[in-house]
Amino acid sequence: MRTKTWLVGWALALAGLILAPGCGPGSKSEPYVIGGIFSITGPQSYLGEPERNSMEMVAEEINAKGGLNGHPLKLVIYDDEGDVTKARLDAEKLLQKDRALAIIGPSLTPTSMTVLEITQKAKVPLISCAAAASITSPANERAWVFKTAQTDQMAVSRIYQYCQKHGIAKVAILTVSTGFGVAGKEQLLSQAAKYGIEVLAQEVFGEKDTDMTPQLTKIRGTAAQAVICWGTGPAPALVAKNLKELGLTLPLIQSHGAASKKFIELAGDAAEGVVMPAGKLAIYQQLPDSDPQKAVCKEYAEKYQARFKAPESSFGGYAYDAQRMLDQALMKAGRDQAKIRDALEGIKNFPGVSGVFNMSPEDHNGLTPDAFVMVKIENGQFTLTD
Amino acid sequence: MVSGQGRKGSSPWPLVTSLTTPLPILAPLLQYFISGLTNGAIYALIALGFGIIFNTTTIINFAQGEFVMLGALCAISIYHLTPSLPLAFLGGVIIVSLVGLAFERLALRPVGEASPLTLIIITVGAGVFFKGVAMLLWGKESYTLPPFSGEAPLHLGPATILPQNLWILGLTLVLVLALEAFFRLTLRGKAMRACAYNPRAARLVGIAASRMVQFSFALSALLGAGAGILIAPLTLGVYDMGTILGLKGFAAAIIGGLGSLLGGVLGGLLLGLAESFTCGLISSGYRDAVAFLLLLVVLFLRPRGLLGGRQ
Amino acid sequence: MNFARPWNRWVLFALVALAIAAGLDNEYYFTLLNFIGIYTLLVVGLNLLLGYAGQISLGHAAFFGLGAYTSGILTATCGVNPWLALLAGLALSGSAAVLIGVPALKLRGYYLAMATLGFGIIVSIILNQAQPLTGGPSGLSGIPPLSLAGFPLNTARRLYPLIWLAVGVILALSANLVDSRAGRALRALHDSEAAAASLGVDTARLKLKIFVWSALYASLAGSLYAHSLNFIAPASFGFMFSIKLVAMVVLGGMASIWGSLLGAGVLTVLPELLSVFHDFEMVIFGAILMVVMIFLPRGLVRGLLDLREFRQYKRKGRFPGFLGPGA
Repeated sequence: MRTKTWLVGWALALAGLILAPGCGPGSKSEPYVIGGIFSITGPQSYLGEPERNSMEMVAEEINAKGGLNGHPLKLVIYDDEGDVTKARLDAEKLLQKDRALAIIGPSLTPTSMTVLEITQKAKVPLISCAAAASITSPANERAWVFKTAQTDQMAVSRIYQYCQKHGIAKVAILTVSTGFGVAGKEQLLSQAAKYGIEVLAQEVFGEKDTDMTPQLTKIRGTAAQAVICWGTGPAPALVAKNLKELGLTLPLIQSHGAASKKFIELAGDAAEGVVMPAGKLAIYQQLPDSDPQKAVCKEYAEKYQARFKAPESSFGGYAYDAQRMLDQALMKAGRDQAKIRDALEGIKNFPGVSGVFNMSPEDHNGLTPDAFVMVKIENGQFTLTD
Repeated sequence: MVSGQGRKGSSPWPLVTSLTTPLPILAPLLQYFISGLTNGAIYALIALGFGIIFNTTTIINFAQGEFVMLGALCAISIYHLTPSLPLAFLGGVIIVSLVGLAFERLALRPVGEASPLTLIIITVGAGVFFKGVAMLLWGKESYTLPPFSGEAPLHLGPATILPQNLWILGLTLVLVLALEAFFRLTLRGKAMRACAYNPRAARLVGIAASRMVQFSFALSALLGAGAGILIAPLTLGVYDMGTILGLKGFAAAIIGGLGSLLGGVLGGLLLGLAESFTCGLISSGYRDAVAFLLLLVVLFLRPRGLLGGRQ
Repeated sequence: MNFARPWNRWVLFALVALAIAAGLDNEYYFTLLNFIGIYTLLVVGLNLLLGYAGQISLGHAAFFGLGAYTSGILTATCGVNPWLALLAGLALSGSAAVLIGVPALKLRGYYLAMATLGFGIIVSIILNQAQPLTGGPSGLSGIPPLSLAGFPLNTARRLYPLIWLAVGVILALSANLVDSRAGRALRALHDSEAAAASLGVDTARLKLKIFVWSALYASLAGSLYAHSLNFIAPASFGFMFSIKLVAMVVLGGMASIWGSLLGAGVLTVLPELLSVFHDFEMVIFGAILMVVMIFLPRGLVRGLLDLREFRQYKRKGRFPGFLGPGA
């Protein structure tokens, strides 16, 4: 009995292991295999799902036109569920089993940090969709890593420029306890002096918190002239609502993490008058036709809505830009990964949804604060503001 | 932006205003107090759910938080079909009660008088299962539900409270009184408690134990769903809202004493207040830890909780 | 070969492990196997607690996290030798287990479940909030690899022998514990605490001992984890992971040492296999916990075999007692 028991057990385990790689030898010689790692399930799925969708959308289009130089694109996308361990495993799988030429993603900073450790070692180009500046800097340690999401650094610059213009010199900051929030907080604190801003209060909230009235009450007790809220997901909308409930008249400035129609939907009336930096996708209809990003944003928004019957989001835009830039690099460089990397690094004046990219050896993000515009919510819509 | 001077006429609470105006330090404290009470009422409602099942079966139902979530999401879906809040409330509550019944029948009855360990694992598993199903049905989005009587905040001196919060507080009070009366004074209630003491003996004196158990699950699920629908206008409905609420509600139940419904409510209110004051006065980052710190303190110093009588 | 004799099993275990090492050449498979090994360490400890001491820990990820972060912080930030850091992690986790276990295990009932639940969540929050120390939600990077006499174990393939040696040792230790006098006392404990006490078994002390051992195994697993990923983030050590561990124990079979390996293996490989079904992962985990506990309480393999041979157990619907030394 005992023998049978664990023999069966071992057999099952080993069978599972052998079957794990899946059937088939992996990639064939013809298609270009591109890997994707996104947080499709888990708490940050509002990032991963549009990112995966966008990547697939671009690949479908390319393949319908016959591929890149005749080579079809084969996408292998894994879900890291927002988990560092999974992301690592997925990256190993993409590198070893699927033999991906390049990888797009992950969606989050911690998962990006663990994946880039092995893609750097394996000399495989990685285009991350996460926000933190530390993903692509210091440049000499990130030769094989690029990113398409605007950095928090730029968003904070834009916010503080806005504050200066409107005579706001004392602020209170309210940041979420995630990688995004912590990185934002660091930037808000470190750049404050440069713009003559004084940070009077630093409060935090959890990603899943539903009541921020204590923090806001505390902020009310200070001489702050504005509240800067830095978060993603539903919580920033609740902050806006709580602010209104408490009768606080302070202007509310959100981060670009709130620049989505969902924020307006969740916050309802409380969204009126809220200001935030946003990628141009949020207000592309209001851009002048001469703006190189207008056409790209329009095309992306219309195609995404038609294909997925859901509103487009700037998060999906990160993957959209990444895939299109990668396509350009693949056209130039073929399968040679070092050449792909060089081609990516040499991208100049590439209009994307997230901004106009100008890559260089020192800057693998390729964006400037102009990638952001300041928008205000008026009558339930995003409008360009100053 | 709503102006702080948006109150119609003078404040209806002159006493409060007169107390807090000369002492500005009191004004935020009052707000912390109110926020704490309103959050605490939510925890209290959930603790009640734990208490009812425990009172009848000595099972700790770790899926209680998911009943809250299911209630909220069901009501939201019903509201999207027919924009009637009463219908959404009724519908949500009925559907989840049925889920509770089904859960008892399919997952707990088959194991009969299993060890508490088995039951804990089953209810934990059920919680994860419900969460997974909710994710498949409703996706990962957050959804809104309109508040029952408008969004205009009411002013209590320098502090504000929402009408929805009053609904929650009011209902919690009514429910705890009704439930305490039920369990202590009615025959059925006493029968249910008898089941927890000794199911076999209860059966010997003619109490249909299985009926009682069924009823307790339905009631608990109903309560949980009601709590979820009450809070959804404030907290939004999302597939994973139940986990942390269930855990904190559980902590509240332990703090107050598992066997006592009043204790559960007290525990909930205490927890809400502790969280609010910690967040406002000490640190907003460790707010969530308060519930579990209190839980550990109570477990180690007074395991039966504040008002808990028996083991 | 007579597999009933203990040491023959270990020989087979070693042979299989070596065969796998020789046969595979893919970093990915080694990474996967390393994770299975690490999780097995976690699951064995939890298994001892659940299966033999009849107690449940709903916050076991905390000890995993304590080990990982102690190793991580000491080596990455303070430059301490990784092996010393590992020992420090063990000391920390052990002490924490004693602090929680002593008051919680004095009482009867499932107070340990609640205490570990609270403890687990508190540790998770601290890891997230204490940014200067732990790196906060973005995690702690730059953790150096372990090295043996100057030879760095910085690839999955190099770590594989170390991790699986540890697994082998721990499995052997646990099997030994289970077969020993203490082990028999443990099984007596599980069946009836009152009876065990009346026979002079110091139940509280025994339960505490098991709890501390399980915490030490978890801490060891955490340190190995930190040095294999070279990066750790608080999200990996939360409540959901604690539940996953319970699912692994339940699947493999409570009170089954080798079942721990099975549970860890299946629940690590399955999500990789069924990557199409990522959306269903939660539903599947929950279903496993419920279905296995209701119908196959002795775990997947033994349960299925039992089902075939002992149908009347299931009809009675009772939780079966243990039939002998676990294996």
